[in-house]
Amino acid sequence: MNILRQGTVISSLIGIFWVFIVAVSVAICLSFSTGLAFKPAVYGCLLLGLIAAVMCVVQKKPVVLYLAGTLLGAGLVFTPLSPLSMAADVSPMLRLLSGVLVGLATIVALQKILVEVEATFLTRHVFEEAIIRFLTGFGYVFFTAIVLIPFYVMVMTSLKSQQELLQNPLDFTIDLSQGVALFRSYFELFADFNFGSYLLTSFGVSVLTVFITLLFSVPGAYAVARLRFKGQAVFSRSILLIYMVPMIVLVLPIYIAFSMAGLRNTILGIVLVYPVTTIPVALYMLQGYFRGLPVEVEEAGLMDGLSRLKVIWKITLPLSVPALVSVSLYVFMIAWNEFLIAFMLLDDPSKFTLTRGVAMLNSSEIPRQHLMAGAVIATIPIMCLFLGLERFMTKGLTAGSVKG
Amino acid sequence: MMTIATPPTGTGELAKREARLAWGLLLPTIVVVSLVIILPLLAVFWISVKPVGLSDLRPVTPIVREAVRGSGEDLRVEYRVRNSSQERPLTGVSFSDTIPEGASLLEMPEQCELNDQTLSCEFGNLEPAFSERLSIPMSYGGDPEELEDIAEATEPAIKGSGENVLTNFEFTADNFKRIFDSSQFLSVIWATTFYTVVGTIGALTVGLVAAMLLNKSFKGQGILRGLYLFPYVSPIIAVAFTWVTLLNPFSGSINALLVQMGVVTAPINFFGEQPLALVSVTVFEIWRYFPLSFLFILARMQSIDTDMYEAADMDGASPFQKFWYLSVPQLLGILSVLFLLRFIWTFNKFDDIFLLTGGNAGTRTLTVNVYEQAFAVANIGAGAAVAVVVFVVLLIFSLLFLRYVSREEGM
Repeated sequence: MNILRQGTVISSLIGIFWVFIVAVSVAICLSFSTGLAFKPAVYGCLLLGLIAAVMCVVQKKPVVLYLAGTLLGAGLVFTPLSPLSMAADVSPMLRLLSGVLVGLATIVALQKILVEVEATFLTRHVFEEAIIRFLTGFGYVFFTAIVLIPFYVMVMTSLKSQQELLQNPLDFTIDLSQGVALFRSYFELFADFNFGSYLLTSFGVSVLTVFITLLFSVPGAYAVARLRFKGQAVFSRSILLIYMVPMIVLVLPIYIAFSMAGLRNTILGIVLVYPVTTIPVALYMLQGYFRGLPVEVEEAGLMDGLSRLKVIWKITLPLSVPALVSVSLYVFMIAWNEFLIAFMLLDDPSKFTLTRGVAMLNSSEIPRQHLMAGAVIATIPIMCLFLGLERFMTKGLTAGSVKG
Repeated sequence: MMTIATPPTGTGELAKREARLAWGLLLPTIVVVSLVIILPLLAVFWISVKPVGLSDLRPVTPIVREAVRGSGEDLRVEYRVRNSSQERPLTGVSFSDTIPEGASLLEMPEQCELNDQTLSCEFGNLEPAFSERLSIPMSYGGDPEELEDIAEATEPAIKGSGENVLTNFEFTADNFKRIFDSSQFLSVIWATTFYTVVGTIGALTVGLVAAMLLNKSFKGQGILRGLYLFPYVSPIIAVAFTWVTLLNPFSGSINALLVQMGVVTAPINFFGEQPLALVSVTVFEIWRYFPLSFLFILARMQSIDTDMYEAADMDGASPFQKFWYLSVPQLLGILSVLFLLRFIWTFNKFDDIFLLTGGNAGTRTLTVNVYEQAFAVANIGAGAAVAVVVFVVLLIFSLLFLRYVSREEGM
């Protein structure tokens, strides 16, 4: 362990590892955006890592380091010791760009990681701090990559054609000169696959679900949170228990009952089932919130002669608007994303919800880009909602994600 | 005379009114929840001991077809009566039909009688797969072609009822025997255990790491936090199909990337090969649900008092020491609650595996097995039996959870 605490040793190691991370990331980025072959080269990475680490240990001025690192990266890519090996058909401009990217990304991060490291035996604090900064940097790159890559590929695939995809699965360049034709998959989905109506159905079903859920859960949550009655404790426990019952257990009898009652293949059937899956969650979330409201305000209302129901309507609900928004968003998300029930109960393409419609696209006869376009259509509304109302959404997730 | 003041006993009028209101407010919820959750739950138990196949869901009915054949001397009307089911008998079967004006039946089969122009025939009980043709010679004054149209325009009315498998009192243990005996059961249990345990611990660990990364304020922290929630917020159907596309052995980008980087020589079939598929779906599960633990843990981290860390800094604690001796004990509560919750929900998960592999290549968990048995093998009873197993296991976990959580912080 002791040799690792030597400033030069640990900074060299960090430098080498970091250059590999950068080289892999840049190679993936460039491959995904140009379709050309890039890959990290071992000796080049070792060399760049060592030089950059030593520079960061001896020189502490950021500007000098950035400049030197950029020049180093840009220079190395044109030598046999380039940190990236790439196909011969890569243009010199792109080659230069890749060098600059690798050099800059390496040096900027290493400067921050090794800011306290000197060429001496390090204190435990400096040593661990450097390691943690290195791991943190790696963490940001790693998490951003694993989250972004699938969504990037989803969007880009939806804009390609089947042949292009099979020819080079890495080529996500899009030909902007096509103009609107770029979105042909989307046009086809709306024109030939009825996706406009699926969108409307999903939206209607989700809004109805939110509405019905609130209608049932607000009074219920209030009763559990505020009123004293025998069985209150048992009741609030059983809410939790009930919403742990998985849908897959219930879906068989529901399927049978709906087949017999003629409710299969109807939107009504869906609207009957969805709210029940969300009422326990909503009730649970709301009662938590209602408990947190000051009782005194409500008691004042009661003293002034309001009935309980009036108190709920005039005092409790206006105070709970943020919670109601969170719950509504959460319920909307559950209903919008719901797949199992829609899949089991709907067979008639004219009545599909969006998720059921996308599932229909998963067939070998329908090209992949249509499936991905369908996925994008299903994702975008919920993403917009999420990004626009993130604060409420996050609250809702934290309060309600006892459900997964 | 002095009355001694005693505290009121029993429930007062006010308390009663409050309790009544409470039940009134809860009633709608109780009713719908019972109808759509409790009732189906009981039904699952019922169905699991019944020999029900997918085809039994169509009710057993008698069917009659009418046809006019021949001409002149040979003119006759034919009724073909059959039982739609191959397995179940029908009772009290009879039909009646109107004989067109001007036509007369020359012969009367023993089951039938003619009343005015109405022919009615009694069949009594029909065996499974029963099929019989009644051929009745007839004469007609007008055009036989015309007769055919007139006769077939009036549909014969048929009565008769079959026993419904779902409601009779025939029970069987075959469903349970079947699912426990099959060699697949062990592999199902193994897949479920692996998926649940590794998926839960993985999602928790990855979430913890992500939370540690973002537990500091810097520019873009909010954006990254939003970004890291993407996998959880997007519809399962979108992300599952994206992963399938991404990891496709022929046209998947990840495989192309791995080959190009020289990590592997030939593309890997991530969702199609026996041991690998289970790992792949578990990795997907971790990817999709780490945001949830991340969100919880981050919220808990941000509520930890920073004074403690300052004191530790003064005492010269190193970063790892601070994490191990200060953060971890503070997070232990939320971590164990999350573990139990995620454990239950991972165990319950159906959509993910169903969409990724369809339960093939050794990824069939208990929940996927419910679907497989009920719909792929078309044996509703066996599916329900698996559902019962799922429910019982779940009940045990949930009770553990409630016992534990009641002692834990505010969840």
